[in-house]
Amino acid sequence: MTDSTVRRGRAQRRWHLHLILAIAAAIMVVPFVWQILTVFKSTAEVTRIPPTILPHGYSLHSFETFFRTVPFWSMFAVSAGALVLRVGGQVIVAALAGYAFARIPFRARGLLLGVFLAMLMVPSQLFLIGQYGLIRDLKLLDTLPALAIPGLFSAFGTFLMRQAFRGMPDDYEEAARLDGANPVQVFWHIMLPMARPTVAALAVLTGLYSWNDLLWPLIVSPSGENRPLSVGLAGLQGQFGTDYPTLMAGAFVCSIPLVAVFLFLQRQFFAGIAGSGIKG
Amino acid sequence: MTDLATKPLRRPTGRRRGVTKPSGWWGLAFVAPATIGLGVLYVWPFLSTLVDSFQDVPAFGPATFVGADNYTALVHDPEFWKAFGNSALYTAIALLGVPVAIVLAALIEQVGRGRAIYRVLFFLPVVTLPVAIGMVWRFIYNGDFGLLNTVLSWVGVDGQFWVADPRFTIYAFGVVGIWMGLGINLIILGAGLSAIPKSVYEASALDGAGRVRQFLRITLPLLSPSIFFVTVLTVIGALQMFDLNFIMLRGVNNTALADSKTIVYLFYEKAFVQFHQGYGAAIAVVLLVVIMIATALQFRLQRSWVFYD
Repeated sequence: MTDSTVRRGRAQRRWHLHLILAIAAAIMVVPFVWQILTVFKSTAEVTRIPPTILPHGYSLHSFETFFRTVPFWSMFAVSAGALVLRVGGQVIVAALAGYAFARIPFRARGLLLGVFLAMLMVPSQLFLIGQYGLIRDLKLLDTLPALAIPGLFSAFGTFLMRQAFRGMPDDYEEAARLDGANPVQVFWHIMLPMARPTVAALAVLTGLYSWNDLLWPLIVSPSGENRPLSVGLAGLQGQFGTDYPTLMAGAFVCSIPLVAVFLFLQRQFFAGIAGSGIKG
Repeated sequence: MTDLATKPLRRPTGRRRGVTKPSGWWGLAFVAPATIGLGVLYVWPFLSTLVDSFQDVPAFGPATFVGADNYTALVHDPEFWKAFGNSALYTAIALLGVPVAIVLAALIEQVGRGRAIYRVLFFLPVVTLPVAIGMVWRFIYNGDFGLLNTVLSWVGVDGQFWVADPRFTIYAFGVVGIWMGLGINLIILGAGLSAIPKSVYEASALDGAGRVRQFLRITLPLLSPSIFFVTVLTVIGALQMFDLNFIMLRGVNNTALADSKTIVYLFYEKAFVQFHQGYGAAIAVVLLVVIMIATALQFRLQRSWVFYD
């Protein structure tokens, strides 16, 4: 066996590998391609039997209909506002608690941590009735805070941050204390910056759940005021029935923001999923 | 000798702890926001749901204790058993995505350049609004002019009403579920794969092991902790399926909706559409028990197939 046959064998294998993966990837993106193709078609073209594959013209009628009939920007603002509130709040609350659980001994620490762990294992549906009751009693239904409040607190986030702080060396913390920093300063200026990768992972995961969540926003937006994109888009289905180009345009437009963020922050998304491995 | 060795070591640590560790009050202050929030918005709702499941809770007015009535009604409710079966079937189909993810993860791991592109493409459904996914797939599954039936007609297969015909609905959801979950599974399995030392493969190649043999004898056993993790997450996630059900069955003829509800959809309908909170709470508690049993069962079974170093 010569060097060149080995190389040829390797090149061939690589070629097969890419072929299989390319086919699988093509199957993965078919729904997106179909969605985009549909956006440019007319309703008549879409409901023809059999339907055309490529659009006959490039009409932007569907986008016009969507933006004319749906308050996209206000729904976008609600989704984005809830995301910022939830991510910002959860990261700070969880990091503070995670830091103390990892590095400051206090009474009942083990017991409290046990309660957090127990809640980590309970499916979210068990909280919804009680959370809804609280939000209703606080007269917060149909408001932006209602969307974000339960997500400010997270047993999962606290636990994730605890793991990050646990793995850090004592030296920096001690040096800062010897210089007279109080615990808040140590946390904010020394320890939190060192936990940046975990903070980024938690922020990205929390943002993903917040943006994609349907059930909770559905429950706390009964009137349809202050709806996030997920609920608004779901309402579109009933409104437009078989106007598929408009439905697909809506689905496309509402998905784009997070997809764009993902393309910029791929590494943080992957690290978040791999490091915590929790599903939405 | 021992004195010299231990004393200088012990003294600084003792001094450090005494002088520099902050007092426990700081710890309590730091965990206070998270703990109060968890107590009010999670622990209390959880306990109240447990209590509600033994109560009749009208939309207005005080609740009354009814013992196990909600659970008795649940056991005799064919709609509940139907939903239970649907969720179980959906979960079983979603599990078929795990071997697909393993093979694809192993293939992607072997790619040098271009790995990032595959990861991004497979991950796209994860960052796409689930509502949007449901809408697109509903259109693809459309019985009259959907893409799936069009493609099937090219090869001479008769089309079906994949969503509206209750014989197919859950299977149609299952395919979407696999498609949606693949990206996450690939990332977790990919992390597991990259932790397998290359030297193991090199050693086995010297012994003459082929690719398939390496995959079966090295990759699968060494990856089994990640496979187990992915399996547990898939089951937990699939048992809680709601979004696809909600978005793909809106306005569909009533038989498909009535026959294709999942447990969480039924929970949503009872607790938040019909406002039978006690009954809804009982469904949620049953869901909790089902997930606990399914997870415990998997931890039991893992002893026979998961390989830890």
